[in-house]
Amino acid sequence: MPKRVVVTGVGLVTPLGCRVEEVWRGLCAGKSGIRSITEEPLSVFRAKIAGICDDFVPEDYVSVKDTRKLDRFTLFALASAIDAVKASGLDFSKEDPFRCGVITGCGVGGLGEITRQQDRLRNMGPGKISPYTIPKIMANAAPGQIAIHYGLHGPSYSIATACASANSAMSESFRSIRLGEADVVITGGTESAVTELGLAGFCAMRALSERETPPETASCPFDMKRDGFVIGEGAGILIFEELEHAKKRGAPILGEVLGCGATTDASHITQPDAEGVYPAEAMKAALRCAALAPEDLDYINLHGTATKLGDLAETSAIKRALGEYAYKIPMSSTKSHIGHLLGGSGGPEAIFSLLTIRDGVAPPTINLTEPDPQCDLDYIPLTARQINARRVMSNSFGFGGHNVCVIFGKYQ
Amino acid sequence: MSSEEIKEKVIGIIADQLGVDAKTITRDTDIANDLGADSLDFAELMIVFEEKFDIDIVEEDAQNITTVGQVIDNIEKQLKTK
Repeated sequence: MPKRVVVTGVGLVTPLGCRVEEVWRGLCAGKSGIRSITEEPLSVFRAKIAGICDDFVPEDYVSVKDTRKLDRFTLFALASAIDAVKASGLDFSKEDPFRCGVITGCGVGGLGEITRQQDRLRNMGPGKISPYTIPKIMANAAPGQIAIHYGLHGPSYSIATACASANSAMSESFRSIRLGEADVVITGGTESAVTELGLAGFCAMRALSERETPPETASCPFDMKRDGFVIGEGAGILIFEELEHAKKRGAPILGEVLGCGATTDASHITQPDAEGVYPAEAMKAALRCAALAPEDLDYINLHGTATKLGDLAETSAIKRALGEYAYKIPMSSTKSHIGHLLGGSGGPEAIFSLLTIRDGVAPPTINLTEPDPQCDLDYIPLTARQINARRVMSNSFGFGGHNVCVIFGKYQ
Repeated sequence: MSSEEIKEKVIGIIADQLGVDAKTITRDTDIANDLGADSLDFAELMIVFEEKFDIDIVEEDAQNITTVGQVIDNIEKQLKTK
């Protein structure tokens, strides 16, 4: 009998704030965390807006010394993990450390540090490179540092499936607990790519929105005016725990992980298949894993990045996966509020999915004022909606053609 | 720069980099054993000294440094011959 997996704590760092309840209230009130990029080296690009975590104070979580040794993406993940562990009530000194692991997702790693050290190498010579360079930039620095912080000796690793990384990490964490390999896995995703190289690279692809508009209205998934995603940074970390283990210690249970499914486009390295064939198969696989029918789902937290093709592909995929029910189920893109956190995006989105279940409220897709007629599903435009959300699905699709869907349910 | 000024600046840098109280650092303080610096912290410290004093600490000298006093002496020697 496979074990059941529940979520017992969450923590996040987002452009809308770093406290779960405050961010959640903001989302439901239709707030945006997007602002103009005014920082000197970042303001030269065609994309002029981003979701930046201005409220994040790393010194609230680690020593000043450690803030220099950890890249921003690792600091986001560690801070979120500390908040999540606190919320879960876990005391790792009472746990078998070999039964506790860390599996997180990250698209790239320390992109900002790569550029800083490359500049030093070119301008000052090979002897001036920081010895922290490699341990800072490696994508697995996040799970490594979280494991060090808590002294956890179970399996830990980082997964890179671009913008689906967090969902991939949660899928593996789910499986690990379900198969009895671990009792607790700290999971989710993190990214800090609002850097020179990140902005330059995505701008070169014409992937980012270049709209000249009030920043808070720029991220507009499924709208006629959409012209690309708004880049964001941040993390979302969740404590996945085996149900009996959680019950035994009287843990707060936010919801249950019911299933996950993944497929790969295997067609183009960045461009989604317009028909959405493969993301649809990922949704169907997640439903099969959770032993659910399409009608059992009450809400979808969309990938919805606001690229022309991506939003169309996801709309097609949902129709393929859910049939006629696609027109009845409410869904929204919280990227309209905080932008696209890339490899981190699935973390906060999983948290928002669980809060939708907890509170019976689905956050809106903001800035959806001129719906694209080809995107004809119920995206919960502009204002939050009361729904009885018993089971929700969170979608993430990444460059590389990775499609990963995770289904959460009310714990009962 | 006087010896005293160099000492003060070196101790300030070490305290900042390693997150320790400057008052606990003397010439005899062992950077690794007393302050808990690992090999990466030590290598980073040398780079910061080079930058802040605009000098080059040669690898052979760096390998022989263990105490704060040895850092101060090395920097003083280099600033004199500059």
